[in-house]
Formats: sequence, structure tokens, C-alpha cells
Amino acid sequence: MDLARHWRLKDQRYRLEGTVCAECGAKFFPPRQVCTECKSTNLKPHEFAGRGELYSFTTVSAPPSGHEEFVPYIVGMVKLDEGPLVEAQITDVNPADVKIGQRVEMVTRKLRAYGDDGVIVYGYKFRPIVNGS
Amino acid sequence: MTQRKLGRGVAIVGAGMSKFGAFPDKTSRDLFVEAFKEMRASIDKGFDPEIIETLYLGNYSSDLFEKQGHTAPIMADAVGLTPRPATRVEDACASGGVALRLGVLAVASGMYDVVLVGGVERMTKLPTAEVTDTLGSAGDTLYETPAGFTFPGFYAAMATAYMHRYGMTPEHLMSVAIKNHANGALNPKAQFGVSIPDWMEQRVQAALKKGKPAPTWKSISDFLHDDAANPMIAYPLRLFDCSPITDGAACLLLVAAERAREFTDQPIHIIGVGQASDAALHYRADLTTLRAARVAVQDAYAMAGVTARDIRIAEVHDCFTIAEVIATEDMEFFAPGTGFKMAQEGVTARDGAKPINTSGGLKSKGHPVGASGVAQTIEIWKQMRGEAGARQVKGDIPLALTHNVGGTGQTAVVHIYERKG
Ligand SMILES: [Zn+2]
Repeated sequence: MDLARHWRLKDQRYRLEGTVCAECGAKFFPPRQVCTECKSTNLKPHEFAGRGELYSFTTVSAPPSGHEEFVPYIVGMVKLDEGPLVEAQITDVNPADVKIGQRVEMVTRKLRAYGDDGVIVYGYKFRPIVNGS
Repeated sequence: MTQRKLGRGVAIVGAGMSKFGAFPDKTSRDLFVEAFKEMRASIDKGFDPEIIETLYLGNYSSDLFEKQGHTAPIMADAVGLTPRPATRVEDACASGGVALRLGVLAVASGMYDVVLVGGVERMTKLPTAEVTDTLGSAGDTLYETPAGFTFPGFYAAMATAYMHRYGMTPEHLMSVAIKNHANGALNPKAQFGVSIPDWMEQRVQAALKKGKPAPTWKSISDFLHDDAANPMIAYPLRLFDCSPITDGAACLLLVAAERAREFTDQPIHIIGVGQASDAALHYRADLTTLRAARVAVQDAYAMAGVTARDIRIAEVHDCFTIAEVIATEDMEFFAPGTGFKMAQEGVTARDGAKPINTSGGLKSKGHPVGASGVAQTIEIWKQMRGEAGARQVKGDIPLALTHNVGGTGQTAVVHIYERKG
């Protein structure tokens, strides 16, 4: 069920934990267990710093179930400074002010609520870095 | 690149499809039988269905759409094929194209002489939000959908990346929708077979009939920018940038090329096949092209011994308007970053130098996911045989191509067709 799946992924969702290839140094988020660069299976956990720039984005007006309360919301592809792309919502910004190439950083926010009990699931979103860096 | 060869020639000798649309009173099997009957009637010299040896069926998700799994034997039984082998193929929106590829391989291997290839999807029974979830599950459900990505959202992100890199605007995308609706208006099987100007006129007449104030659009562009008539789905994609939710089915009869003349004097040969896979969007380096489509077409061109320049017409996977722009570049018809200009300048129109989606495409004809890849081939079959009626492209069509994509390009499959003699 979805909540159990979320719990299994908590290291990824709360700490942006991916993997790094012990053979060739390639870094992956989401974590991979087989390196696609050198095919090694020797990969170790790697925590990403959570900073990067916006590669692409869209504003979703017709949401999937569980995301209705956020509409319209911005969801984008963030290119982390270490290389990988992350798909995440872009928060704390007006849709009109979102620009491809702008610097962003990870924050932990409510992702969605489940079922009648309204169990809340948290995870990463990204927001613009105000003072550059 | 490995150059692969078919073990022997493969030809299409029959093709048929159901009407595409929303049919509350029909099931998948009703639609499939409708397509099968038309395929049977299309075989010029007639044939006995008893000679069909096996079925490959494209179907994405009858389990979720209709609560019916194990679709292939059900369809085989509906058209009287049991106890012959019946195999369902699932590669999201490329299910139909991949079913065709397996049919080609089955004939080329020498194992079968006569193979039925089909595709079916019955989508409109579910509420739209559940259809959105079902289509979204073609992405990565661990990392993509939890972020709030929808299927239109994926393609919208490709569109903004493309706009940023090449200077395309949403207006360029609208020219794709305008063209495909103009083509679909001439296709009696299309779900939204109406041109956008006629669509606007119908809206005006409907308002007047109800005694309501009629819309006052001054141009097509005015209409397409109207948030009420053409709402934003995922910026920059509006409703008219998206293919619809559709019920439909399609069928092809493949035979060994050496036996084709038993069935028709106008067979269409499949001379090139390519298929490739790719990761979810977050593992890709570039969102302005689909690597799987580029690999698939290079394999198909190499097998066929032809180049993009030789292809007269193509049906490409326009699940969204941006997808058609990217497809025309991935198929090497146009250089990267120029496809949107070609669409706007009319190069891809029915009377242009490279007609694309003369059927109306998924955009106007409709997109019953598992059937779409098979239905693309039916348009090529009709055009190459000069049977496309009011939308027939002028002049000879010796070579043509279909491009069918699954999900966000995790699967791509390309076929190249030749009309010999
Ligand atoms: Zn490695």
C-alpha cells in the first residue's frame, strides 16, 4: 500500500539519499543498484546537498488524485549540482516568476494526505534561493 | 549499430478499425469485433479466417479501465480464433506498435504464414481523474507521480525545456493542433473529426440555440487562447494540445510476402522495424528529444536501407502537440530545433512536402492507447493504396513510416512500409 511504500522511501524523501558507484563515481538519484555507466553492482548510499538549478517545469491544472488541494501547482525537473535530475514540486514562488535556470534548494514539505484519516506524507520540494549562491 | 535483417519478407494484406470515440454501450470485444469485420472485408481476394495462425494484441490496461484482465484470449475467442495462441502486449501507449513488431517477427521467423495483429482500449468508462492516474502509472510511480506529475505534465515539461532552448512559443504548438484537426475532419473514423474553425462555429450555434450570449472569438488564435474554451491542462499545454480519452480497436492481417498475392494485388510490405527502451525522465540528459525514438528509427532505416528523405508520409505519435514536433525531429525529417517552424510553415500539412498525421493523428482521430499504434498503420495502408478518400495525399507514396511511443518515451517503435510495383 502507498503509505508502506512511502515509509520504505523515507531516506530518499527526507534526505535526498541516492547512490554513488564505488567503481566509477557516477552519482544517481533516485538510487540505482546497478551503475548504468560501468554496469558495476558496487554502489553505496550518497546524500545529495539539495541544491541545483531548474531545468524545466510545468504548472499542473488537472491534478492526479491526492494532489487536488495544491492546484495549480508547479512541478519541475531540478538539475542537482552533483548532476542528476530530480522531479519535484517548486514551492514558495509565483508561477509567473518561475524561470528555467534559476537556483533552487530542497525543503521538506507536505506532499499529500491519504484517505479519510488524512495521514500526511512529507517529502522534498524545491524553492528558489533568494540571495543567489 | 548492428544491422538486423528480417528472416523473410512480411506484407500487410488487410486492415480495419472500429470508429474511434466514446461508446458507453460497447465493450472492448464489441470494438475488436467491429475492427475485425472491417479487416476481413478489406481483403481484396477474400480469405478464410480459419487460416489465421496466431494473434498479437496491443492493450495497455483493460485491467484498470474495464476490470478485465487476460484480454488476448478473450479477443481471440470473440472473433473465433481459439485454440490458436493469443498473446497480449503491454508497452503503454506503444502496445499496438509493439504488437505489430512481434507479428512481423513471427512471420519473418518462418514460424507462421498468417498472423492477426490487433489493438484495443476501452477508456471512457472511468472518470477522467482515474484515467489520469492510470495513464500516469506508465511513468515511474515511485518518483514521478508522487511529485504530482501527470501524463500531460511530463510532456509539458518537455515543452518548456524545448521552448527555452529553441525559442518555440505555445502558438507554434497550436499550429500542430489546427493541422491535425483539419486532417481529422476528413476521416470518418475520427473521434473529434472536425476542424477547429468548424468547432468554433458549432459552439456559437449551440449558444445561440440555448438563447445564451454567443462567444465572440475573432480568430482561431483568439479561441485557442480562451481559458474557458481551451483550458490550461499543464502549462504550456491546453486542452487542444492533448489527445482525447478514446474507445477503439484496430486490426491488421500480416502474411509471408511470398503469399501476399493470394490475398491482394496491392500488398504493403514492412521493410524496416526498430524498437528501443529508455529510463524515466529523471535519468535523461535531454528532454527535447526521445533517445528511444532516435535509436528505433536508426535501426529501422538501416534495416530498410532508406533514409528520412525517402519517406513520403508518416504517422507519428502526437499524444500531445509537442510530441509531434519532437517526433518529426527524432525521425530525422527536420533538424533539432526546427520542427515547430516546419509545422507552422505548412511543411507537415497534407499538401506540404512532408505530410504528417494525415489521419488526424492521435489528437483528432483519438487515442485508444493500445489500439493507436495499429491504427497508425491503417492510415499508411490506406494512403499507400490510394484509398484515403478526401484526405488522400497527391502523388505516389512508395515509402512511409509510423512512429509509436510508450509513456514518456520509455518505449519507441518504428515501422517502415513499401508499396512494391
Ligand atoms: Zn559505475
